[in-house]
Amino acid sequence: MASEKASSGVAFKGTPEQKEQLLAVIAEKKDEPGALMPILQAAQGIYGYLPIEVQTIIAEEMDVPLEKVYGISTFYAQFSLYPKGENQISVCLGTACYVKGSGQVLERIEKELNIATGQCTGDGKFSLDACRCVGACGLAPVMIVNGDVYGRMTPDQVPGILAKYK
Amino acid sequence: MADITLKINGMEVTAPAGSTILEAARLAHIRIPTLCYLKEINEIGACRICVVEVKGARTLVTACVYPVSNGMEVWTNTPRVLAARKETLKLLLSDHDKECLSCVRSGHCELQALCQEYGVDDAHEFDGIMNKFELDTSAPHMVRDNNKCILCRRCVAACEKFQSIGVIGANNRGFKTNIGCAYDMPLGDTACVDCGQCIAVCPTGALYEKDDTDAVFAAIADPQKTVFVQTAPAVRAALGEEFGFEIGTPVEGKMAAALRRLGFDGVYDTNFGADLTILEEAHEFLERVKNGGKLPLITSCSPGWVKFCEHYFPDMTENLSSCKSPHQMQGAVMKSYLAEKKGLDPKDIVTVSVMPCTAKKFEHIRDDQDATGYPDVDIVITTRELARMIRRAGLDFANLPDEKFDDPMGEYSGGAVIFGATGGVMEAALRTAVYWLTNDDVNTPVDFTEVRGNKGIKEATYEVAGIKVRVAVASGLANARELLTKVQKGEAQYEFIEIMACPGGCINGGGQPRVSAEVRNFTDYRAKRASALYGLDKDAPIRKSHQNESLKKLYAEYLGEIGGEKAHHLLHTTYVKRGLYK
Repeated sequence: MASEKASSGVAFKGTPEQKEQLLAVIAEKKDEPGALMPILQAAQGIYGYLPIEVQTIIAEEMDVPLEKVYGISTFYAQFSLYPKGENQISVCLGTACYVKGSGQVLERIEKELNIATGQCTGDGKFSLDACRCVGACGLAPVMIVNGDVYGRMTPDQVPGILAKYK
Repeated sequence: MADITLKINGMEVTAPAGSTILEAARLAHIRIPTLCYLKEINEIGACRICVVEVKGARTLVTACVYPVSNGMEVWTNTPRVLAARKETLKLLLSDHDKECLSCVRSGHCELQALCQEYGVDDAHEFDGIMNKFELDTSAPHMVRDNNKCILCRRCVAACEKFQSIGVIGANNRGFKTNIGCAYDMPLGDTACVDCGQCIAVCPTGALYEKDDTDAVFAAIADPQKTVFVQTAPAVRAALGEEFGFEIGTPVEGKMAAALRRLGFDGVYDTNFGADLTILEEAHEFLERVKNGGKLPLITSCSPGWVKFCEHYFPDMTENLSSCKSPHQMQGAVMKSYLAEKKGLDPKDIVTVSVMPCTAKKFEHIRDDQDATGYPDVDIVITTRELARMIRRAGLDFANLPDEKFDDPMGEYSGGAVIFGATGGVMEAALRTAVYWLTNDDVNTPVDFTEVRGNKGIKEATYEVAGIKVRVAVASGLANARELLTKVQKGEAQYEFIEIMACPGGCINGGGQPRVSAEVRNFTDYRAKRASALYGLDKDAPIRKSHQNESLKKLYAEYLGEIGGEKAHHLLHTTYVKRGLYK
């Protein structure tokens, strides 16, 4: 079993401006004790996620092994190694949705897109997240794509909905 | 600071201030078990095997990191303590591959030993979901089997603290925590230098060298092949530990006898290659000094160090001596000079090197290590693998007679045998360089004690025939990094530097018999192993490499000039500049 988080496979599209921003943050915080955490937070703010290209910049500037940066980024759930997709899918795993079977809906989406929750497809089209109660328990189970809410979901409805966004 | 007085198990104990409970108990001859604790490099109190009761403390405390104080009362063996340790072991086993029968570590696994000691009678009490990891076999020298990892982080500490490399670490969290590389890269794609210090400190069978013993047995059994074996200086200082000898017992004679009984066609000593290296390297050094070549000259015997230089100090690869390491030199000579002497075709010769080193498993497959058109060395096995072969062949090692190596590559000087300890190559090179500069073998020193000993970085200055030679010796790559950073910044100047990847040199190589944490934490096993080599040096009939008669013959009959064209073709190599990431 590989780690849950690994390389995203999505081509890195960082800009020189983003890099400049990141280098400025590193320069500012470099000598503070425990600087890696706030730097990683800032990096995620700048790029939206923490791909190898970004972590390598941090490792080299901070003069620490890449593995040290990666270890921290996989320890804390707030850090993501995957970008958000053009289409962002969210499946509610709140109590009501969960007992109504949103777990199976999520599983079906993972299967259809061939990614795990938290990841993004290699073409950058879809990213998938689980969330807690979205306040639409009457429609349980619920999934949301780019803000469109789909209620009373069954796993078999998944392919049809995804097709609309392809 | 004043000593601390406390009570352990009702007995009064005095310990130096700053001691931990573990250390104080040791002074009172009470052993507290440990798993994650490695003195100075991994003091994290994580595994909780060392828990003890302390009067007034709300919970059990970890003895490995808990400091003693005056009037403290400690109990190390109450039912509560013993039950907690047993429970911890069972929990470790709940996510541990328990295939002990086929585990390379069975019989000397620290986890297995503790389970027996604490009477773990049900290894499956907490059976449930288990992690399933794929084996990482990507590196040339080793295998990582995370299914046997107990997350003690000793390997991580060795990689980061001893070696300043840090290509492995803990990824993910909670139940999914695993030791691996950044972005789950295979180890073989990282800037790992193959030193094997992670293997040396692993308490279980999670890390082990790639085993090449079957290939050696097969070569020996092949009637078409002539199989020559050579053993590195440091192997004789530690092999005995695998067969019940005290640490620091030299077993050169029994080792030669065992190799002969394993069926090798020629049993040779890498010490010969070490003497050869000294002639070539001391020559190279004096040439560089005379002709304004690149200085400092840095030794190239340690393939872990060479790869480290290529990855982390690529600007300094020109400082590396172009000399191959001793066993590669000797392999090249076996397939040329020795082949000619014995009327053999080099294609029918298999050269096997027994090394204290896992990085040699990479070195022998590097480019430019095949002077005759065939690999200088075909197979590298570690000291541990040789012990395995001796056991498998049913040899009663402890009672074997003491035998000699075969001629002509069995003769060696005292300078060669100390290659196995940090400072040894430097000392041997100085012995010969001083002779060449003074042309005097009688009134010049043999012992250069300034470069001996276990200190991470050693320095000395010698004045010979009007030439000032500033030398430095470093072992352990963290020390090497410190030293070279100073050189790069111009804060220190030297003409000659010796670097060994492993702390203490080859006697503590990643392929040597494992030393349990219990012994590591409380014994200077490196000094004991080194003393075995310095003892052999002291008693050697000749002490200086240039006095080796077989070597003189090799140059006279075959190689020609030291540092000459033929010597260069056979005995020297090239380096590459590597990046940090693939």
